[in-house]
Amino acid sequence: MKSSVITFPGSNCDRDMDVALKKFGFKNKMVWHDEKELPKSDLVILPGGFSYGDYLRCGSVAAKSKIMESVITFAKSGGLVMGICNGFQILVETGLVPGVLLRNKYLEFICKNIFVKIDNKDNPYFKNLDKEVFEFHIAHNEGNYFCTSDQLKEIEDNNQVAIYYCNNDGKTEEIFNPNGSLNNIAGIFNKEKNVLGMMPHPERMIDKSLSGDDGSLFFKNLINNIK
Amino acid sequence: MKVSAIITLKKDVLDPQGKVIHQTLDGMGFKNINEVRQGKYFEINVKENDPSKAKVIVEDMCKKLLANLVIENYKIIETQ
Repeated sequence: MKSSVITFPGSNCDRDMDVALKKFGFKNKMVWHDEKELPKSDLVILPGGFSYGDYLRCGSVAAKSKIMESVITFAKSGGLVMGICNGFQILVETGLVPGVLLRNKYLEFICKNIFVKIDNKDNPYFKNLDKEVFEFHIAHNEGNYFCTSDQLKEIEDNNQVAIYYCNNDGKTEEIFNPNGSLNNIAGIFNKEKNVLGMMPHPERMIDKSLSGDDGSLFFKNLINNIK
Repeated sequence: MKVSAIITLKKDVLDPQGKVIHQTLDGMGFKNINEVRQGKYFEINVKENDPSKAKVIVEDMCKKLLANLVIENYKIIETQ
């Protein structure tokens, strides 16, 4: 299975993602933002970081870079595109997934482990996952998901919410919402569910001795789903 | 010619920075504030001398990059 991780100036989770993808069997290529052509890929990842120093709005400049034209074409033809953290911010700026990511509610950069609930399994990313609550990591300043009430209705009607913030029992209450996101939303699909944007970092949870192992479950399952 | 644009958050969008500025001003003794909203100001020098054409160019920039229309409004405030 072939994957491509796009590196923008200021990306800093691209190498972690490369390590994670290779660990679970992907043949991964790193692709510089200035390239025009996307290598043949089964999965394209927009990694975390601070592309272009978060100038203007997080992800807004990266969304207009050369490679993104190919990524958007790939996504629109049904290819799997996953944006993590800054990658999610880039995805919302391209319009591939609905909504925006605002500054965290309490104006703090949040860096900690959190729990998320994944119960939307009718998609290539989470199909066959045999558990619902995962411990992932978040590290962001602008992760406060927001959309208009009309958009929210459409998102919920189409079952596009991918991930919710919760506690270790899977309760998705406001007190377990780290950043003020609307309805505890931590991740969103496009309508067709081939594009996934999420704030949490599964690639930081692939080694028990360093952090945790819940990301391993996600990546193992993902490569099996794509095969 | 120079064209200026102001980007503001839409009415229903939470503006925590504006709130902090409001509270700080309040703490400094400015007790007569109803609300503070923070926005962005752009001054763009375009290669166009016709004011209405220049305005159209900057409007296009606002729609495509400078503003995110899900949460922000833009307004061209002056051309000179």
